[in-house]
This record gives sequence, structure tokens and C-alpha cells, in this order.
Amino acid sequence: MSPEVKPDFLISPEGLRVDGRRPDELRPIELKVGVLKQANGSASIRQGKTYIIAGVYGPRELHPRHLTLNDRAYLRVTYRMATFSVPDRKRPAPSRREKEISMVIANALKPALFLEEYPKAVVDVHIIVIQADGGTRCAAINAASLALADAGIPMRSLVPAVAVGKADGTLLVDLGDEEDKYGQGDVPMAILPQTGEITLLQQDGFFTREELLEAMQMGINSCNYLHELQKDALKRVYVRNPEDGEDTFDDDLEADLGESEIMEDE
Amino acid sequence: MAVYFQKREVVVPGQLLAEGRYRPSFGTYDEDGKIYSSLMGLAELKGNTVKVVALDGVYIPKEGDLVIGIIKLVAGNNWKVDIGGPYGASLHANNALRRPYSDDISEYMDMGDVISAEISAFDRQSGPFLSMKGRGLEVLEGGMVLEVSPAKIPRIIGRRGSMINMINDHLRIDSVVGQNGRIWIKTSNVEKLRLAIKAFRMIEDQAHTSNLTDRINKMLAEEVAKLSSSEPSEEPSVEVETVDEEEPIEAESVSEPEPKSEAEPEVEVVEIEEPVEEESEPEASTDVEIESDDKPEKEEVNE
Repeated sequence: MSPEVKPDFLISPEGLRVDGRRPDELRPIELKVGVLKQANGSASIRQGKTYIIAGVYGPRELHPRHLTLNDRAYLRVTYRMATFSVPDRKRPAPSRREKEISMVIANALKPALFLEEYPKAVVDVHIIVIQADGGTRCAAINAASLALADAGIPMRSLVPAVAVGKADGTLLVDLGDEEDKYGQGDVPMAILPQTGEITLLQQDGFFTREELLEAMQMGINSCNYLHELQKDALKRVYVRNPEDGEDTFDDDLEADLGESEIMEDE
Repeated sequence: MAVYFQKREVVVPGQLLAEGRYRPSFGTYDEDGKIYSSLMGLAELKGNTVKVVALDGVYIPKEGDLVIGIIKLVAGNNWKVDIGGPYGASLHANNALRRPYSDDISEYMDMGDVISAEISAFDRQSGPFLSMKGRGLEVLEGGMVLEVSPAKIPRIIGRRGSMINMINDHLRIDSVVGQNGRIWIKTSNVEKLRLAIKAFRMIEDQAHTSNLTDRINKMLAEEVAKLSSSEPSEEPSVEVETVDEEEPIEAESVSEPEPKSEAEPEVEVVEIEEPVEEESEPEASTDVEIESDDKPEKEEVNE
């Protein structure tokens, strides 16, 4: 890859960004649920050039045993970047940054989960960044919360996340790699959309009080939009079953199915 | 006072389901008098109880469940049993055997045995305990265990056993369905076994759709008809087996010659690692003997 050069401007005279987006526009986002066969739950996200896969295993028996929590399940998040995810090869050993982001993601997801339903067990969330192009921690949270829902872990709500930043004095939603590197600041945030609780809020760079409040408002708006995308992605798995295309049966779930055969496990 | 979902609609975590005088049940939670879904699943209203039937999830033991377990450990008077999911179960000899029983309970059931048992107790403090005192709770012998998602088991059993009975009637197989997502199948006919697996997998894939029993019924009826029309096909299948021995084309037979060709180089590897042991013996003895001698050794090396 050719050495990167700083772009001449991050905001064009017309007020558009390097990739032609408006300041409050997200990159194109593609969410997929159930991408891994082996995992109990999985999801992938493409957000611009960022591509991340999250897999959830468990709840299962916790090893090593000393980590056991007697009143709830332990949430173990591992965020890793593939060696080929960035222009300069990333060394495969877990870096300090990866460990921190793992913890931050766990803390962002924890308030949404009913972990107390599975005492002594563990829920493993493995996140691999296949290609990094800015905003990986937020994209990882989006994918991880979908994977958790796919695994059937009880949760209060899905957790959408987005980064808001500042470049050339303008507040921008969903920073790309260049805006992240050469911009003036970055505020990743995650919310629980129902209650508006904020489960992740970090800041890097300088913001005035007014700027930060405005950035958070922009972030919340984008998160609400992302939440809709997440819900769609989840429902898509079951409403249109892609595996058996040849067998076109009536699976319009909104139709009244009658009393014929509903799961009986009372 | 309102319900915000259609009957058996796919709902996602956090979706508002109902408001007012409704009772939250499995798969839902209550916040400020509003009921939300906590799972991805199918929402249902029964009376004034709202519940969500999960589409996926691990097995969480429930008292009274019939489960299929695999014995992992014999520990004194207890068997430690894997029943899937996050919690390992234990089965005390008093709950399985009639007294008096021998001190060495591995005489009755040993590691690797598959059993059907009932969850006799489970709470947040102490792990699940099993019991085998009951009708049909026994060591399962001579069958195979199929693993499916535990969330799909109610559908496999069907309303009052309609689905599983239908499958058993069609194929005339012995089966035990455990709530923990394991199905034990026993039949002497490989074709029927394949059909049974196909049927169970089909139910698992399409558990969230309607009229499934009819579709499975139709599929099985067609396939069984095909089987019985080509009944003499049992002879060709025997022929195929005999052909296997002559021509190493079929998958089964490929596995046979492989150890032969691999055994020789591996013998050398073993010799290099432990040159003192049996140095003369491989040279002196015939190839066949080397193979039989070295097989256990090979396993040790691998470990």
C-alpha cells in the first residue's frame, strides 16, 4: 500500500467530507446475523471499509474456575485485530490497546444483558477486526450486540454505537480512518435506545462544552438510526429463511397461524 | 392496556410488547408497567400472560425435564454427567441403583455411557441433580445421539408428542428426545437413520414456520415410499460393502489403507524419539506385527 498522505482538507469548500458524505451522514452499513456456523451466535458488520466479525459462545462452563461469579455470568470480551487489518502489519500479540478496547466493549454491553440469569457461567464474545478503517470499537459493539441476541442471551435491548468527531472545526458523525487520524477529536459512544442511557462515552481531543453536547446529540440520533438497522438485520434472519430457497413455503409470520401447533412446553 | 405485537411475530430484544394489566413471563421483562422482550423469538399472548419463545439458546436445566446425558466421571458415589449447556449435572448412586449396590459403581455405568435421566433438583446455588428412578430412565445402548438446538425441542416433540410420534410411526425407530437438545435414535436400518436425521434437521431449520408437521409428514411419506419401492436396494448396499474391500474407492475403505501406508514412516519417527526401546524388534518382526504393535504407541505420541 502506498504511504498515506494527509489530505489537503477534511471538509471541502462545499461542506462535504473526504469521502463525499455530509457531516451527519453515516457510512453505508451492512449488518449480517448468523455468519458463523460453529458459534452460538454471530454477526458481521461492514461500515465503510471497516469489516468486523463477532462470535458469541455460551453461556457455558467457565474456565479458569477462579473467575466464577456466584450471582451472575461472567462476560468475557476479546477484541482482536487481524494482522492484515491495517496497512502496516499488526503484530499478533494482544496489544495494550486491544485489551483496553475489550474491556470498554464489555462495559458497554454489560448493562444491556441479564447476566444474572446464568450464575457461575461465562458468555464469551470474540470480536475480530478483519479490516480496520476507523470506528472499529463502535462497529464492534454493534456487531457484538447482534451476536449476543442471535445466541439467545436475554438482554434489555440491542446496543447501537457510533463515533462522533471533529475535523476542521466541524462535528462529524461516524469518523473514517483519515478523519480519525488527522481530525481534532473523537467521541465514541454507545446507548440503550429505549431509556437513552449512555453505556460508552470516551473522548479524545479537545471539545468545548457546547461542542460536546452537540456531538452527543448527533451521536444519539445516529445510534437510533443504527438501532433500526440492527432490528432489521435480526428479523431478516427468520422472516426470509435464505438456506432453503427451493422450498417456498408460506412463512408469513404476521398471518394468523391458528391454534394448530404452537410449541407446547408448559 | 395494549398489546403491540401480532400473534407469533418475530420480536427482538428491547421491543415493547404490551402495556397495562399484562403479566410478564419467560423471555420478557417489566419496566415501569411496560413489558419488553428480552430475547429474539416469537411473541405469544396466553390469557393475560406475555411470553417470548426463544429461537436459540443453550440448555438451562429445569426440574422435571427428561434429559440425555453422557457420563463424564465416576466419583465415589456419584456420576458426573454432561447434559449440555453451562451446568454439569451429578447423579448419586442412590438415585439410580437399587440397594444394595457394589462399592464400585462404575460396574453399572461408566464413563462415556449415554443415559436418559430426569432433573430432580436445580437452583442457582447448587448444580443440577439427576435421578434415574422412573419409567424409561435407563442406560441407552446401541443407538446414536443427535444434537439439536435445545430451543427447538418443543417443536420436535410437537403438541402432545404429535411430531415425534409421527416420525416414529413412519420410520419405526426407537427414539428418546431429551429437553437438553439431544435425541437418541436407534434403528438397524441406516437409510431410516438418515431419514430420521434429515427430518430432525428439517424441523430444526424451520421451527419458526407454520404447518411444519404436515410438511414433515409429507416428506417422510414420500421418502419411505421410495425406500420401500426400492426395497431390493438393500442387496446392492451389501454389494457395495464387499466391493469396498477390493477397490479402495469408497470413503470407508480409504480410511483402511491409510494407516498401513502411514504406519511405516511413523514407526521410524517413534524409533528416533525412543531409540533404546524395541530397537531390534521392528527390524526383526514382520510388517504386520509392527502395525499392531505400534498403534497404541502412535496414540501416545500424538497425545
